[in-house]
Amino acid sequence: MSQMVDIKRISKSFGKTIALSEIDLTIEEGQFFALVGPSGSGKTTLLNILGGFVEPSAGRVFIAGQDVSSQPPARRPTTSMFQDYALFPHMSVGANVGFGLLMRKIPRAQRVSRVAAALEMVGLSGMSARRIHQLSGGQQQRVALARALVVEPKVLLLDEPLGALDLNLRRQMQQELLHIQKQVGTTFVHVTHDQEEAMSIADVITVMNNGHIEDVGPPARVYMKPRTLFTATFMGESNIFKGTVAARSDDSMAVDTAFGRLKVTGAAELGARVNLSIRPEQIIAADGEIQGQVPLGVLQVEEVSFFGTHHRCLGRHVKSNLPMIIRLPQHQAVGIGQDLNLSVQREDVVLLTQ
Amino acid sequence: MLKHFLQTTLKNIPAAVYVALVYFFIFLPVGVLLLFSFQDSLLPIPPFQGPSLRWYQAIFTDFRIMQALGNSLMVGVVSAALSCFLGFLAAYGLARYPVRGSGAIQWLLVAPLSVSYLIIGMGLLITFKTMAIPKSLSAVIIGHVVINLPLAFAIIYSQMGEQHANLERAARDLGAAEWQVLVLITLPLLWPALMASFFLSFTLSWDEFIIALLVSRFDVTLPVEIWSLLRSGLNPKTNAIGSMVFIVSILLVIITEMAVFGRRKSK
Repeated sequence: MSQMVDIKRISKSFGKTIALSEIDLTIEEGQFFALVGPSGSGKTTLLNILGGFVEPSAGRVFIAGQDVSSQPPARRPTTSMFQDYALFPHMSVGANVGFGLLMRKIPRAQRVSRVAAALEMVGLSGMSARRIHQLSGGQQQRVALARALVVEPKVLLLDEPLGALDLNLRRQMQQELLHIQKQVGTTFVHVTHDQEEAMSIADVITVMNNGHIEDVGPPARVYMKPRTLFTATFMGESNIFKGTVAARSDDSMAVDTAFGRLKVTGAAELGARVNLSIRPEQIIAADGEIQGQVPLGVLQVEEVSFFGTHHRCLGRHVKSNLPMIIRLPQHQAVGIGQDLNLSVQREDVVLLTQ
Repeated sequence: MLKHFLQTTLKNIPAAVYVALVYFFIFLPVGVLLLFSFQDSLLPIPPFQGPSLRWYQAIFTDFRIMQALGNSLMVGVVSAALSCFLGFLAAYGLARYPVRGSGAIQWLLVAPLSVSYLIIGMGLLITFKTMAIPKSLSAVIIGHVVINLPLAFAIIYSQMGEQHANLERAARDLGAAEWQVLVLITLPLLWPALMASFFLSFTLSWDEFIIALLVSRFDVTLPVEIWSLLRSGLNPKTNAIGSMVFIVSILLVIITEMAVFGRRKSK
């Protein structure tokens, strides 16, 4: 795989507000790449810079090895699927899908067959003559996808395209997007504020916050070994606690915490105050015997709620009085006021470097 | 059942009478005008005699009236087209580009709507005099653009929202050049608004009298011609012309409504 998108030191400010500060990012060819972050984190601005709709204040964008920084959207090898679909209401479904081909002066016969193939790919065969307002939200979505892909862009930009759909349709469309992406092999850059969506569809996730990148990596790594405090709390729930570095060797350290001395991998100065994180579902709770490698002490349960896939318990660590969240398996129902012995696998304690 | 029916019906009777009276008084003059345009005697006053088409025959063979009619059509079409064109340019610029003092510019563009035609006419008269522009149909066209441009701008601007901007963006993304965006996306989407402002501008120009009277001289528009006919006393001929003006206006209003609301319904 070769490099498809190369973003070099991109900055953007709107007046006095800084939307992006010195972003460096590379996206491989054929990757499903997700930009995730809260609103105002700069993810949409970055996508607009890739599409050519927003001019960066500084920095350069390369797509397929070419510097496109000063090219208008029409000249870039990218197309977009917009949040509101932006389908042309005065044209038929077929004319919408064929618009990009018409602009590229593709002969009519070829246009018709490519439009038909694109509609078939998104499951809308034979709908070419329909009007846009005759379609449901999900169908309009598919037309937007077909319209963007039919011109065979090098990179497809998706700006929260599933935002307006209800949950079930949304999960279904995520699967289809993934399926279509694997089928066509085009590089997808997908912006979303839904962490689960990002994890379930992307090969690589970039977590953005306040105009900079917090973390880049495969979903499993970003979720299980978050690099920063923000990533740990934004990508799902986490127990965050402080510690002091007591000893360090080549690639591991001993950190003094409310739970005792914990061994973690990572690097920090001796004596430094650091943040550590443990995911709620990684904590093992038992009435009696401790099952994990690292004992964490006793938790008194204060609130329990059932979420279908797990029980979510809020409680306090008895020795330190720290509030904690843990997730227990469906069959392990516990009562309020109950004491649980907590433990965790050694690799599940994560040092947050920032 | 019956009692209930009677009660609701009785309750509605005053409202129905009221509405009937309102429409009666609104349309009475027009009805009388139409009726006596078919009068078969020399005076358009009761009792009604006829019906006859002699006055229609008279106006269609009257050279001056036919010339005024042609002038009115020409002034209407040209001034409405100019108003739409200029209104579109102003709306496009203000809606699509960040303009410093955009609020003040919009206010200035729409402000002439609140000035009476008489004041505008006098202003134009003085301006034309100092600029040595002679009284003519061209001057009338300029006057009608002055009164119709604000309206055309307001109608077109109101239809150029964020949603249209997104569609234009999508077209550019798919490779459309600026002129293609304009021809294939912007103008088709604005078509109902453009039609509405064209026909509305035409209707207002078609009916307009004061400015046309003040700034024209030898070639006049139909309302001015009617006025000079009226000065020589009542004549069923004026009724026939009036009816014709009214029917054309009504037709245009219906076309406008269909252009604007017909499209909206289909969405």
